[in-house]
This record gives sequence, C-alpha cells and structure tokens, in this order.
Amino acid sequence: MPHLQERRSRLSVRLGTGAALTALLAGCSGAGGGASSGGNDSINVLMVNNPQMVELQKLTADNFTKETGIKVNFTVLPENDVRDKITQDFSNQAGQYDVATISNFEVPFYAKNGWLHPLDEYSAKDKAFDQGDILKPLQESLTAEDGKLYAEPFYGESSFLMYRKDVFAEKNLKMPAKPTWQQVADLAAKADGAKSGMKGICLRGLPGWGEVIAPLTTVVNTMGGTWFDKDWNARLDSPEFKKAVQFYVDLVRKHGEPGAPQAGYAECLNSMTQGKTAMWYDATAGAGSLEAAGSPVKGKVGYVAAPVEKTDSSGWLYTWAWGMQKSSEKTDSAWKFISWASGKEYENLVGKTIGWPNVPAGKRASTYSNPDYLKDASAFASVTQQAIAGANPRDPGTQPRPTVGIQFVDIPEFTDLGTKVSQEISSAIAGRQSVSDALKASQALAEKVGKEQK
Amino acid sequence: MSTLTAPNTRGHAGAARTGRRRSTVLGLLAWAVGIVFCAPALWMLLTSFHSEADAATNPPSPGAPLTLDGYRVFFGADGGASPWPPLINSLTASVFSTLIVLVLALPAAYALSIKRVEKWTDVMFFFLSTKMLPVVAGLLPVYLFAKNTGMLDNIWFLVILYTSMNLPIAVWMMQSFLADVPVSIIEAAQVDGARLPTVLARVVAPVAAPGIAATSLICFIFSWNELLFARVLTGVAAQTAPVFLTSFVTSQGLFLAQLCAASVVVSLPVLAAGFAAQDKLVQGLSLGAVK
Amino acid sequence: MSASVSTPERSPAGASGASSAPAPRKPGRVPGRARVWAIRAPLLPALVFLIAVTQLPFVATVVISFFDWNSLSPDKRAFSAFSNYGEVFSDPSLRDSVFTTVLLTASVVIVSVVLGLLLALLLDRKFIGRGFVRTLLITPFLLVPVSAALMWKHVLYNPEYGLLNGAWAWFAGLFGVDNPGQPDWISDMPLAAVATALVWQWTPFMMLILLAGLQSRSAEQMEAARLDGANAWQMFCYLTLPHLRRYLELGVLLGSIYIVQNFDAVFTITAGGLGTANLPYTIYQTFYQAHEYGLASAAGVVVVIGTIVVATFALRVVSSLFSEEAGRA
Repeated sequence: MPHLQERRSRLSVRLGTGAALTALLAGCSGAGGGASSGGNDSINVLMVNNPQMVELQKLTADNFTKETGIKVNFTVLPENDVRDKITQDFSNQAGQYDVATISNFEVPFYAKNGWLHPLDEYSAKDKAFDQGDILKPLQESLTAEDGKLYAEPFYGESSFLMYRKDVFAEKNLKMPAKPTWQQVADLAAKADGAKSGMKGICLRGLPGWGEVIAPLTTVVNTMGGTWFDKDWNARLDSPEFKKAVQFYVDLVRKHGEPGAPQAGYAECLNSMTQGKTAMWYDATAGAGSLEAAGSPVKGKVGYVAAPVEKTDSSGWLYTWAWGMQKSSEKTDSAWKFISWASGKEYENLVGKTIGWPNVPAGKRASTYSNPDYLKDASAFASVTQQAIAGANPRDPGTQPRPTVGIQFVDIPEFTDLGTKVSQEISSAIAGRQSVSDALKASQALAEKVGKEQK
Repeated sequence: MSTLTAPNTRGHAGAARTGRRRSTVLGLLAWAVGIVFCAPALWMLLTSFHSEADAATNPPSPGAPLTLDGYRVFFGADGGASPWPPLINSLTASVFSTLIVLVLALPAAYALSIKRVEKWTDVMFFFLSTKMLPVVAGLLPVYLFAKNTGMLDNIWFLVILYTSMNLPIAVWMMQSFLADVPVSIIEAAQVDGARLPTVLARVVAPVAAPGIAATSLICFIFSWNELLFARVLTGVAAQTAPVFLTSFVTSQGLFLAQLCAASVVVSLPVLAAGFAAQDKLVQGLSLGAVK
Repeated sequence: MSASVSTPERSPAGASGASSAPAPRKPGRVPGRARVWAIRAPLLPALVFLIAVTQLPFVATVVISFFDWNSLSPDKRAFSAFSNYGEVFSDPSLRDSVFTTVLLTASVVIVSVVLGLLLALLLDRKFIGRGFVRTLLITPFLLVPVSAALMWKHVLYNPEYGLLNGAWAWFAGLFGVDNPGQPDWISDMPLAAVATALVWQWTPFMMLILLAGLQSRSAEQMEAARLDGANAWQMFCYLTLPHLRRYLELGVLLGSIYIVQNFDAVFTITAGGLGTANLPYTIYQTFYQAHEYGLASAAGVVVVIGTIVVATFALRVVSSLFSEEAGRA
C-alpha cells in the first residue's frame, strides 16, 4: 500500500463532463405526463391534514364512492408540507394530483399562470350545488383577474377574539362587543393569573407565514401599517408597522402563553381547551373545536369581533378550497368530488354523523339558516358570519394596497418573505433580538421583493 | 475514568473484595445509564398505548389506562388512510435497492480487492466522495428528470436513487471483506476454468457471506429511513413509510398517541433487524473496517 | 491488504490482513489491453451507474444555475449568466447556514464521540445483563430518524405537554412547588435542541465502533502493563487511547459524512427557524419553498465546490486509516 503522499485522490475528476441535460430544461414548459394511478373512476386528492379534511377522508368511501363509484386516493400532509407539495406539483404541472386544497392566497397567481381549471361551467350545470349560496367575499376571493371562478370553498374562516366568560365574570371583567387592542391588552393584564397556571392571552408566535404572520398582520392593518404601499415600496420600517409589532411582541411576552415562539394555532387551541389562557385571538374555526363534544370549556367561551384600532373591522379572510389541476385528465370525476365535498348535503352528513360543531362551515349562507346547525353552534355562528361578511381583502387597512389580501400580501414571493420575516419576529418574541433589529432585517428582505414587483 | 478499566489484582483479599464491589457498582451504573438513555424511546412506546388526552397531560400520567386506539388510528380502523401501501412501498424500495447494490458492489469489490485494477485506491475514494456531496444539490434535476420521464411517484425510481445512495458504502464494505478471502481458493477455481460470475457466486460469496449480510443490513436500514427523496419524488402511489409518518402531525388537535404508535410500527423492522444482528451492525456501520 | 482498520486477535484467518494483490506492476511490462479491461470489467457496472445517477444531475444543476428561474413565474424564465452567483455570495442567510452546519456537525460529532467512549468503557466489562443493556443503548440509533426527530419535538420538548417539562413539574410538585418554570426548549436553545436529538441518535453508533475497538485490544499487552505496575489511568492513556485512535477517526469521519447532510432533524424540529438552518435545509428551502430554481442551483453548485475542497482534506484523514497497512504491505 503506497503512502499517503504518493496517492492523490483525484477528486477533480468527479465533476466529469456529462451531457448538458437540456432535455431536463426543455421539460418545464410542456405539460408533464400525468403519473397518476388508477383508471378514470379514481382521482388523486392532496389535502392538508386539518380535522375537517381528516373527517372528509373517513366519510368518502362509504358515501361518495358508494354513490358515484369514483375511488378517491388521498394524500394528507401537515400545512407547511402540503403547500410546498402543491406548488411543486402545480407549478410543474406534474399532474400527480387532480384536486388539491388551495386557498384564496394561491388562487390569483395560480390562475394567472394557467395551472387551474376554471370551474364556472361545471358549477353552472350543477344545479344541486347552488353556487349562489356561497358567501360573496369567499367567492370573490376565489375568482381570478379574468373574472372566472377557480376554486370552490370547503370551509371559510375569519378571525375573532375568544375569551372565558366564566373567568371574566369571576374577576368582574367586562368584554366590549367591539374591543380595541388597547382594551384587550388591559384585560389580558387583569386576567393573567386569574386561575393557577392561566395566562392572559394566547397569540401565535410560531414561525411561518401562515402562523404568526396572520394575526400579526391584522394588528398591523388596524394600527395603520402595511407591508407595501401601492407602489410596492416596503413599509416594514414605518412607525405604524413598528408600533403594531412592538405591541404584539410586548403583549405576548408579558401576558402570553409560555413557549410563545413555538406556539401556533394548535398550541393555542390546546392552551384554551386546557384552561391555560383566558383569551385567544385566532381563526373562527377554533370555535368549532372549543364547543365540540367532550371539550372541557364547552359553553364557557364568549366570542367577539376581532379587536381594532384605526379600522372598522380587522378580521382576516381565509378559505381552504378545492382547486382542480389544469393538467388533470379526469375533470368530470374531479368536479363530482368537489361538488360533493363543498355541497350542502355533505354539511348535513357531518352534522348527523359526527356533530354540528364539526361542520365545515363559513362558506354557505344556508348553513346559517339551518336550525340544526344554529342549535349547536349558536355561541359563535352569528359572530363568525359577521366577521366573514365584514372582511374586505381589497381594502383591509388605512391606505391603498398594491394587491389583495388581509393577513397576507397576495404575491407568490410572500410565502418565502413571510416565512423569513416570521423567523425574525419569532426570535424577537423569544427575546433573542429587539423588535427594531427584527424589522430592520425584515425591511431589507421586503425591499428586495418589492423591487421585483415594480 | 480510572475506575473504568479492569481492577488491578494486588493479590490480597481486601483488594479482590473492593474489586468485586466496584464491579457491582459499575454494573448497576451501566444499567442505570442504559435505561436513562433509552427512556425517551420507552416513553414513546408507553405513550403509543395511551389515549390522546392522557398523552398530552402535564405532569405526565404514566399510569394512565392502556388502549390500542393509537394503533387503531394508524392502521386506518376509523376510515383513515391505510398504512399498508406506504409500508409495502418502503419494503419494496429497501429490499430491491439492497439487492441491486449487492449485484453491483460484489464484482466492483472483487476488482478492488482481489484482481485489483490500477489506481484502485483512487476509485475507492471516488466512491466515498460521492457520499460527501450534498444530496440536496442534485434534487432539482432529479425531480425534473422524473417528471419528464413519467417516473414521478414511481417506487422503482426511488429504488434507483437508493441504490446510488448505498452503493459507495457497500463497495467499501465488500472490498474489506473480500480482501480476507484466501487467494488460493479463487485460483483453484480459476484453474478449473470457472468464469468470474461463477467464481463470485460459488466461491467468493459463501466465504464472504457474513460480510454480505452486514452490507445488506446497513443498506436496508438507510433505505428504509430515507425521507428527503421520498418527500419530493413520491405522491399517491409510491409514498413511503417515513413520509406517511409525517402526515400524523397536525396543526389542529392532539396527535401524540397516533404519532407514537406510527413511529413504533415504522421503526419496528429496523429495530428487529438491528437487535437480531448487533455484530453485523458494527461491521456494517464501520464500512467493514471493524470485523 | 484489506481496508480494515485493525485485525482483532480473535480472527486467526487473515489476521495479518495479508495482501492478496499482485505486486504492483513494474513500468515497462505493459500487459495486453484486453487483459486490463478484463480486470476492469467487474468494476464498470457500479462505476457507470454511480456516475450516471450522482454526477449527471450536478451537471444539470450547473446549467440551471445560470438561469433566472422561479417556478411561480414560469413566463419569466431567462438566461442570467452569473447573477444567481452574485446573489448567493451576497446572501447572509447562506453564510449563516455554512456556520450553522459547521457548528452543528462539530458539536454533534464531538459530544457523541465522548459519550460513546464513556458508554463503551462502561460496557467493556462483564456484568449481569450486559447484552440487554447494549440493546437498550443502541435503540435510539435504530429508530427511523424522522420519527426520532418528531418524538423529540412533540413528545419531549413541547412546552405545554412535553415529557421534559412534565417530568420537571412532577418533580417540583413532590417538593410542593406549584408552577415551576416551564422552559420552552426549542425556542430558548434551538440549535442545542436539534443537536441533542442528533447526539442521542448518534452516540450509540460511536459506542458500537469504540466498543469493537476496546474488545480488540491485546489482552497480553494489557496484562504485561499491569504486571509492570501501571495504574488504570496510565493504561488508559498509554495503551487504550492510542489503540482506539483509528476507531475514533473512523467514527468522526463517518459521523461527519452523515451529520453534515442531515436534513430530517432540522426540517422536523425547527423547520430551519431560529438560526438552525443548515446548508441542506437552506438549499431545500430555496428550491422547494421559495421555488427559486436558479438560485437554489447556484447555491448547490457553490456548496458542492466547497464540499469538494473540504472532502479532499477529509479523505486524507481516511488515507491515514490505511497507513498502518502501508507498513505491512
């Protein structure tokens, strides 16, 4: 065996000249051959693993497949993973999935890029589906610039403030019907420690553009701030934006849940259920879980509109909706599935088999005139409906905006920008840096994105 | 530290007694360390038999009533997705990629250890160097290639990738095992006019069998565990067990018991193989350097 | 002339690692071309396969890196020469992730080697149930990495209902302390949280290799040293450690190869947040979440070049694993 010095592991050869794989590059334009499995009587659906979707998955075989003979292959993934995967599949038009859960965030630019099937003709033909019953703000948010409808909502949500009525009564605290953020902060200070181990308020701190950024941006909007002005100038360093973030960070650090930098929707829901927080500002969908059978706080929670400062309302607008991939070859079966999952019948099915609070609500006017639903969901039904009706994605703040979106800025780059900014904010919540430093770094990121939009 | 080496024998009874006592103490210490070290895994096993509500209490409730609900959910008893397709996919990918690795690595190792090619060390290092490159840097072209050839969501495409992932390790291991095969028996076979495949299959393989077993075990484990490729390249039909496992994490609601049950089941094949063949594990992990 | 690090006394066959190779040919005696290819033939399938699957994609990566290509704006794809590279070098997050990768890899490897050595010394003696304890200790290594990472994140670290805080609350409760501090492990010390989970998985690996090393020590040498009156500490320093050197190198090298590439733990435990994004995760994020195909490829190319530089040095370490045989050959 020769000595080391005599041996040269010739690593330079390892990047040997290979064929320039231009074929790889050529492929990104054409539609990919769908690698979907199964015959025409089976479709592939990719969805987020929220409880409502998991329930849908369980009900599909015995109801939808039995009625139509169409088999549905589900892939369910956690929210962050599912977004990556959907974008991956749709942007390359790989066609692995016929239908996916997308939201009002994706629809505008997915449609612009031609990745989605317009659904107007299907819904027009499908009288039982009753397109007119879909709540207007949702339908508008799923309609692209070309005026066509590109997705059907599965459930819709806004945001509002949830609080423990019993704890407030015990402490002689009064919750106004339309609280301001300052009032909420004062109430949080008073309710902090009302019971052993109970904090004043739970607010998300988990990094992610769909986690901490969502509630935070509604606070920014109502305090007069914005991510971008109408000419795409980044405004994260404006005094209004800074004030809002400082307010949010201080509130959660002083009276918020322990472990705030890792607390998202799920952790707050758990805190609220376990009686570890007196208030929670989050999605209206949370109410369904708090009032579900077996919840220890069932009936003890009050619901009021999202807190405001300079605007009239501040609740966000969000919907998980079914979008059909353009390269799908099973459009008829895919529409049948969408029509069933977003239909009135399905809501009744869930109500009867699982329970009315579990209904994927917030998308149809008829849901809110259904006596069965109202009997079980009276605590939050009307507040939810008002919050969704009051949401205005085109004008959510105090100044004109370059694009739509309440708790997000509707550009594809926002997933990355929002996530990076959320990591800065989260680290400010953890006390690892000041709010000014977090915003300085974030402003630089946002300027880069703004420049590309101009 | 000094107490950890063998007690010295100074030859009088007292010393022997302290030696024995020290042995007992160290034995107990080893037991304690082993249990503490394994505690998270044992806790995971226990949690998998609890209800979701009991799994998320604080302080913890180890004495909570046992239930199989977590496993029921995992096996799709309440209408959820069945775990069998992903498990079978993982098994397919692991077994077939291991087989292909052996078929490719055995002749290569022969050419690197018995009938050596010139510059064989450079070749060995080239093989190892491919393990050092960031896999993620080649992920995008691989994805685009798969998309354009219709290989997305195809388990056989994963088999090919896993083969390339494990081939360098296998070549190093087999090389070291074949180097121990006495040359005389190979020469004897060749004198009888046997061709190389025959020599490999009839003469070399039986002698190197323990090494081949160790190689297979390691390749199997690494393929079974792989997540990154599987996440990006599979969808409905070819989803593997580790990807399926991540689907139990939800941002809404409790999932600890399900997750623990899923983790236990998915780790079971590797645990069983590893426990059964601990010495093979050592040989495999050290690329055959430790025999 | 095997690539074995050592040849334990226990295996008499091939104990010397005797070279079975023909003596290196002297220059001048050129063999027939056919003969050379006959010798090379068995190697080719593996080599060609590996080059095709691992090297060609990198060539494509280089090509893509010269394009401004974001898959979310498919109509804007254009050739952009070196602008992606400019962005890679001006991007602080990539620089940070290089640092994170080094820190994470070094800390995990060093801690798991030290812990592994202690455990190996503990197991190197006979006691009742030794096999069972060894089985307990290797369990972490045999868990599927993503499930181990998920377990650390949700079952152990969770500040609300994780075992760490739960056990602490229970322990404090014994002393009548209500509501003890409930640290939020992942956000208070994110990198340490990821490193701990990795150390837990990799310590058994180091332990197994070092244990094999300990058991291959020459009993006669140890006995002779003892008779010469060496105390335990001296024996450890002058006999055991030198003997273990190559095993330690092997453990460090293989551990580094795998931990540098680690994706599962970072992805699962912190999703790259709070300054824990290592290189694999950063590139993954650029490609898979930001969908900046051109930029991700450029970053990939830079990392590959950097890796080649580092790997050249790393391979010299491996070469020293052969040095013993160099004397024997």
